[in-house]
Amino acid sequence: MGFQHYKNVTLRGISACVPSNVFDNRNLSLLGNSDQIQKFIDTTGVVTRHVVNGRNLCSSDMCYQAASKLLYELSWRPDEIDCLLFVSQTPDYIMPATACILQEKLGLANECFAMDISLGCSGWIHGMATIGALIQNGGFKKGLLLAGDTSTVTKSPKDKSTYPLFGDGGTATALEYIEGSPGLRVHTATDGKGYKAIIIPDGGFRNFYTHDSLKEVEYEDGIVRNNLQTSLDGPGVFVFAISKAPRSITGLLEHFDLDINSVDYFILHQANKILNEKIRTKLRLPVEKVPYSIEEFGNTSSSSIPLTMVTRLRQQLTAGNCRLITCGFGVGLSWGTIYLETEKITCPELIII
Amino acid sequence: MQTMMEKFIDHFREALDAAEGKEIKMEDRFRDYEEWDSLRYLSVIAMIDSEYDVIIDTTDFRKIETVGGLMEEIRKRIKT
Repeated sequence: MGFQHYKNVTLRGISACVPSNVFDNRNLSLLGNSDQIQKFIDTTGVVTRHVVNGRNLCSSDMCYQAASKLLYELSWRPDEIDCLLFVSQTPDYIMPATACILQEKLGLANECFAMDISLGCSGWIHGMATIGALIQNGGFKKGLLLAGDTSTVTKSPKDKSTYPLFGDGGTATALEYIEGSPGLRVHTATDGKGYKAIIIPDGGFRNFYTHDSLKEVEYEDGIVRNNLQTSLDGPGVFVFAISKAPRSITGLLEHFDLDINSVDYFILHQANKILNEKIRTKLRLPVEKVPYSIEEFGNTSSSSIPLTMVTRLRQQLTAGNCRLITCGFGVGLSWGTIYLETEKITCPELIII
Repeated sequence: MQTMMEKFIDHFREALDAAEGKEIKMEDRFRDYEEWDSLRYLSVIAMIDSEYDVIIDTTDFRKIETVGGLMEEIRKRIKT
């Protein structure tokens, strides 16, 4: 249970897109005086963030840019794509599924299998696993995973527990059925007990949108938000992640009899520095094997793993072969790990729009 | 030899990022410290995990009021 090996599935390419507008936490008075700002940056690692900042720019727009570029560089024709999954907590509409809009925009075939997955920080892992399951038997040959979030739109600018942590972005990942390839070794897990740890309480169908949804409430000094904005139990998520993420990684390595030292890079969801460093030191991993992008982009939710690969490992991924562990954890609560081997993948430079 | 209590107080002071001379007593209600905030809370959870291999979830942590209470909770949970 929880472990799967999707054989014959190969990662062929990754691309990422972020908005051009940059917010600098060093100038953010919400965080307090300069000592308090420094303390925040030292703890979370977030210095700057790329944000949509009021532009009419959705997760799907950035995923679209990333996907168009990736398909072009891979020389994949749009009508060859057999399945498209869009993973996000910030879709274009409550309905229809954003994957349908992207199918048309990208010019994919009507027979393309397209659907949305509602997950955040673990979403890239679950999206990869789902495409792996769909294409492992060769019925589908080519799959596209579009993962992105505009998390900053759902954060209250008056909430220091969420607002300074997040950035926006969209990514595209191309997977192909190639017989005999090492495939994806996957661990996935869920604990719905923690569903309130990261939540937007109103605007869905459990708590319908009302006038009161917009009412601002001060929870403590520097934490003011309404019920259409994200509430984050930072310590709760921290405790969850430092216990589950390392165990997911070691569990996967043990289950598939893999040597931790043979892994070239460990790409963790970029949650915050103190948490990621905790995971790294628990696993006794050397600094150079665990790339960070959080200082530049913040926590970009479902984008953070592919964004880190594009911006920190592009050279290694395009020039040679890599053995990678990727691990995502967060909203749900949901988490998972994938071990995969790559061979000179296609990885265009970061797109900034 | 430092006792568990002395060691714990040193770790706790460091996690709080407090001045070296800061006096920390077992009966102190740590949430009343001027240093205490959500970031220090994370540092304390991380410290307890690193130093004692103990993870205290937020529901249980909320019930703990004093420095001594926290040390007692850790002592109970230390894997033997």
